[in-house]
Amino acid sequence: MSARQTILAEIADVAAMQKKTLGPLTDDLPLLESGLDSLGFAILVARLEDRLGTDPFSDGGAFPTTLGELIAFYDRVLA
Amino acid sequence: MPAPLNALAARSGGRVATPGRSFAPSALRSSTGFADGRAPLRGRKVAIDVADMADALGAMIELEGWAARIAPLPPGLSSDARRDLLAVAETDAIVGDGHDSGLDSFAYDVCALRPSPPHENHAATQWALPTSGTSGKPKLALHGLASLTAGIAPSPPTSWGTFYDIRRYGGLQIALRALLCGGDLTLTSADEPLAAYLARLVAAGATHVSGTPSHWRRVLMDASTSGFAPRAIRLSGEIADQGALDALRARFPGAEIVHAYASTEAGVGFAVHDGLAGFPARWLNEARTPALRIEGGTLRLKGPGVASAVLGTDGAPFDAEGFIDSGDAVAVRDGRCHFLGRVNGAINVGGAKVNPEVVEAALAAHEDVAMARVSARRNPITGAIVVAEIVARPGASASPALGRAILAQAAARLKPHETPAMVKFVDRLELTAAGKVARHG
Repeated sequence: MSARQTILAEIADVAAMQKKTLGPLTDDLPLLESGLDSLGFAILVARLEDRLGTDPFSDGGAFPTTLGELIAFYDRVLA
Repeated sequence: MPAPLNALAARSGGRVATPGRSFAPSALRSSTGFADGRAPLRGRKVAIDVADMADALGAMIELEGWAARIAPLPPGLSSDARRDLLAVAETDAIVGDGHDSGLDSFAYDVCALRPSPPHENHAATQWALPTSGTSGKPKLALHGLASLTAGIAPSPPTSWGTFYDIRRYGGLQIALRALLCGGDLTLTSADEPLAAYLARLVAAGATHVSGTPSHWRRVLMDASTSGFAPRAIRLSGEIADQGALDALRARFPGAEIVHAYASTEAGVGFAVHDGLAGFPARWLNEARTPALRIEGGTLRLKGPGVASAVLGTDGAPFDAEGFIDSGDAVAVRDGRCHFLGRVNGAINVGGAKVNPEVVEAALAAHEDVAMARVSARRNPITGAIVVAEIVARPGASASPALGRAILAQAAARLKPHETPAMVKFVDRLELTAAGKVARHG
């Protein structure tokens, strides 16, 4: 599974767990408008750390702001 | 003794803005409907149970120096939590906004505007402020205007914004700062989208903005707001980790980034300006206000900003020399004093504290759970999230489906941030000599 597939699957799963409705998950979707609140996003990042073995948020760099940037963020670290 | 709030509001030149309203602070003075009938509230212990933040601020200004005690209730309380807070605050009157007050008498409606002349300062009003502990029995720290303003240095008029609600200590600090310096105050509410608030901060020219590291991590994830570049960024309410400080520095290279240590009980401790997590260990030995020391592994403080008492606790939280135990575990490494978390094991999820025992009890209510241990997992977004280890009852199958069922049942009894984000089945959990589930630092 690619980072993209893993991220999209986990976003859908966290949203289902939190009974949140998601819009279309396009690359230009701003993360803050994805439908996940900050707790949902926190859970997503923890699950991705377990699945992908990395937490790129803790390195102090610029945070991703769109879904496409988030995917690229993990792609870059995993490459 | 500082000037009464109603005098401050009268002379303040700034503006206060909430999502729906914008007005001069002087408009808050005597803007409340109960002002006309204020006489019976004199000397009473009054809860302010008002949804609108501007109305709540007006009621605080009206009652400061008039009521014996004011207890501003934070928004979004469950009816149980509200009842408990009213009881612990020993409330005998309520200023509300129309819904059921829970008290038959001395319920005043805050809405009907009827100006009346400001009052003379009558009493040294106590402020009963809820501590950030959200699970279990409420605790209220008792302050006065003197202790609430002890950590505020005089400043020229400054335009402030805060992600906090002003009915909690962190937000009240910012409201008082703005009123004291005659500056602007731009407030948000829980239901305002972040981008809308940031746009209002830009429009208001807010230069100083305060929130938790988790609030600021959300700002870092916002791409839609252009022009948001505060001169001073203030973090408090959670441990400011180096990752968050560095990310803010990268995004806001021109800003002064300050992380402050404060708590509802201990007041404003200090502000750290060097951009590094923790604080210089030499501060522990210096003559400072407040004085700082470590004892038993926790940070203790003594000074004019500390609460005079904490309601809802057994015994005094002060030691013989008058230091208050913050309950924050600290350790010195390489000349720097670092925060390790709450000594009682409370987990701080984005500024909201979670009592692990409460979560464990909710998990153990499921028939297939033999034992549960709840702990914090570090998280770059909310500082920590709640995770659980569960020992299944003999005969129950420790499957992912069972994990989901246990969480679904617990979620019905818990707040979202209290509900474990993940559950792991284990064969056994160690017990302490006292028979409690062993916790690891």
